[in-house]
Amino acid sequence: MSPEPRLREVPFRGGGFAPGSRRIAAPLTFAALVLLWWVATARGWISPLALPRPGEVATAFVDMVASGEIWRHLGASIRRLAVGWVLGASAGIAVGFAIGLSTLARSTALPLVSALFPIPKIALLPLFIVWFGIGEASKYATIAFGVFSPMAIAAFGGVDGVDRSLIRMAQSFGVPTGDIVRKIVLPGAMPALLSGVRISASIGIILLTAAEMIGAEHGVGALVLSAGNLMQTDRLIAGVLILAGFGLVVASLIGVAERRLLRWR
Amino acid sequence: MELIVENIRQSYGSLNVLDDVSLEIASGEIVVVLGPSGCGKSTLLRLLGGLERPCVGRVLMSGEPPAGSFNPLTYVFQDFALVPWRTVADNVGLPLEHLGLARDEREARVAAALARVDLADFATAYPKQLSGGMKQRTAIARALVVEPAIFLMDEPLSALDAQTRELLMADLKRLWIETRFTAVYVTHNLAEAVQLGHRVVVLSRRPGRIRDIVTIAPPLDERHDGHPEVIAASARIWASIREEAAIADRELIDVA
Repeated sequence: MSPEPRLREVPFRGGGFAPGSRRIAAPLTFAALVLLWWVATARGWISPLALPRPGEVATAFVDMVASGEIWRHLGASIRRLAVGWVLGASAGIAVGFAIGLSTLARSTALPLVSALFPIPKIALLPLFIVWFGIGEASKYATIAFGVFSPMAIAAFGGVDGVDRSLIRMAQSFGVPTGDIVRKIVLPGAMPALLSGVRISASIGIILLTAAEMIGAEHGVGALVLSAGNLMQTDRLIAGVLILAGFGLVVASLIGVAERRLLRWR
Repeated sequence: MELIVENIRQSYGSLNVLDDVSLEIASGEIVVVLGPSGCGKSTLLRLLGGLERPCVGRVLMSGEPPAGSFNPLTYVFQDFALVPWRTVADNVGLPLEHLGLARDEREARVAAALARVDLADFATAYPKQLSGGMKQRTAIARALVVEPAIFLMDEPLSALDAQTRELLMADLKRLWIETRFTAVYVTHNLAEAVQLGHRVVVLSRRPGRIRDIVTIAPPLDERHDGHPEVIAASARIWASIREEAAIADRELIDVA
């Protein structure tokens, strides 16, 4: 006689691997960090010499806004980032497309881009200063140069990833080559281009700060460096937070662009 | 317009894909090219439309394409080849955009083509929102919009489920009865071949050679599964491909 069959529920083992996004979580995370910072400095766990209190940083920030000093720094930094990034990204996209589309460019420019990528661009700033002078041009060049390689590689990868059957389809309808590049290759490479924008914008901010620390009167990097030299940790932290804010603003702009440009996905 | 294939040979490196294929496609007929997988039938189709160049032999067009034909040799692909970032209407409009037509005329042609495949209500949908059958009907509308002289159909129903395939086969029959289009229709499916083909060209295993050409006389709208001539044609074609198919099935795949 067989025993009574035991009934068991089939254990659930699916799910996961689909991270969502909670709107409230990001501000809460930041708030929790600030709270931790406040408690640690208020209780004296961290010396005020090492890290100022959140209140002091906020005061330093408000003072800079009130005196108008902050707009000088922000304006200089945003202009350098914008000009440098646009120059570097457009050159990178153009070269990346050429590498993706032409045998000649692939055999000549691709090794060049690969060789340029690992050079720390900030090491070239002294050279750019010799070439372009201490003014804005050398900073634009540093940022543009740093943005160029990741953008070229993203563009080339994106072009390579475009579905060949769509290109054959367009050819089979006699669509001219220029139209194929504009209507099939460019939108097909757009996801890769946008992720290239994400990476290159962050690289741009890093180089911006470094360039401003080496030789600039204004700019967030100059603000951070001069505050450090004077042991004004409150102003220093305020400057660093502005840089983090840059990163957040850039990320959210790219998010908007992705939602608009990649609606079809 | 007619299409003449003269002694075509095609090989990739040391791999012979097509061997001495000659064929004539007359105006108004559907020529089905049937064969086991890897027999070079898709290669033949790419040669017919100029997407590939033959090693030996040539493909000739005889006569002028009908007036108003924007793309005389027009493909319908197995994987639909719809552009995912364009809506149904913009996919259908794509082959007209570089022709310099007035916007109104282009839109009217797109609307007419969509109406013919019954997709007028889905003009603004994106491909990812469509079922397989609707995707292929969109691709058929895109082919219709350029008024082709000859359709080159590469397994157009193979990516669809059996029920959708039946429905689309009926649509294609209706379309042929309405417009008497010319087509080369590549498939590995015997049922599609005997339902849609006026002539069925049976290709042998690689290197592809023409093994047999079977003419099926009954009009398309009278063909049903029990029709004696359809049954006879099926039997003849099956006898000719069955051995090949069995051998092909045991072969290692060395070509994509």
